[in-house]
Amino acid sequence: MSINWSDEVHRVLREQKVRQVAYVPDTGLKRVIELVRGDKKMRAVPLTTEEEGIALATGAWLGGERSALLLQSSGVGNCINMLGMAIECRIPLLMLVTMRGQWGEFNPWQMPMAQATATVLTAMGVIVQPVADADDVGETFAAAARMAFNTNRVVAVQVAQRVVGAKEFK
Amino acid sequence: MSASRRKPKLDRRKVAAEILARRGDALVVTGLGAPTWDAAAVGDSPLNFYTWGGMGCAAMVGLGMALAQPKRRVIVITGDGEMLMALGALATIAAQQPQNLSIVVMDNEHYGETGMQATHTQMGADLAGMAKAAGFHATQTIYTTAELKTWVPKIYGAGPVFVAVKVTTERDALVLPPRDGTLLKFRFREALLGEA
Repeated sequence: MSINWSDEVHRVLREQKVRQVAYVPDTGLKRVIELVRGDKKMRAVPLTTEEEGIALATGAWLGGERSALLLQSSGVGNCINMLGMAIECRIPLLMLVTMRGQWGEFNPWQMPMAQATATVLTAMGVIVQPVADADDVGETFAAAARMAFNTNRVVAVQVAQRVVGAKEFK
Repeated sequence: MSASRRKPKLDRRKVAAEILARRGDALVVTGLGAPTWDAAAVGDSPLNFYTWGGMGCAAMVGLGMALAQPKRRVIVITGDGEMLMALGALATIAAQQPQNLSIVVMDNEHYGETGMQATHTQMGADLAGMAKAAGFHATQTIYTTAELKTWVPKIYGAGPVFVAVKVTTERDALVLPPRDGTLLKFRFREALLGEA
């Protein structure tokens, strides 16, 4: 059994000196959020809606700090117009998107945005890197972080619902 | 309170000049449209980050900057329409309590860039009241020159600060700053951090 993928994500955030970590919660992000909130080297910034995180990352980078955004696939749609600013200004941003509506989903309302997630991110110029296996999350997230901060790009790691597990309604 | 029925009468360019006259080494973020032209008219600086899009971004860009640079004052100058698009950001900012962040809304109660349609502040929405309820440290709606004089030092005081300054819809000369986002980013970072 490998180390928990959430711990790997936190380790990468630490190694990459990501200081401002913004999020809108998802069940799949619960442990990562707890690790970030417990880390004195990071500033956890809970958002009311995901696009705030794109603007926060822009301000953070202008001020000299690295930022990451943790969100559920449903929140990707909220980010689209604001991503235009990050792309136009070549702001580096690391996104961790946990998927719904992809693997054994129960809730039909989750399906449209989930199925469009990679398409709309790609359409805006975000580099999307899907992960289907828990063992690959750490390595993929580390590579995505290096690319985001070394080349000033927005890179989204899309963690499959198969990895995070489908929410149970019972 | 029938404060929302008072007619805005302040001149936005004079307000911007009065506030920015004492900026020192403060970092400035402007919301798209007239607030961007106002800051450019007062005087261009590499430490001005002008937004030309991403409506609703200004306050949160200010938060990211304020958290990254806790020793510098960060002033966000934006419009009522732009701020109305990001009311949730007031709660997000208040939750972080950045003492060095001040938001100045040039509230002319209209969408100035799209044909002067009325905004919600003309219909009674109280932006400073919302900021106060969200948990901002100091908040005020400013109608007069005397109130502005009292509040300018507070804009540089303990934050987070939020002021809505009631300004007229008079059209000023267009003063357009650079608009390439990457250029604006590079020159800001070079001036602040000494690197591109």
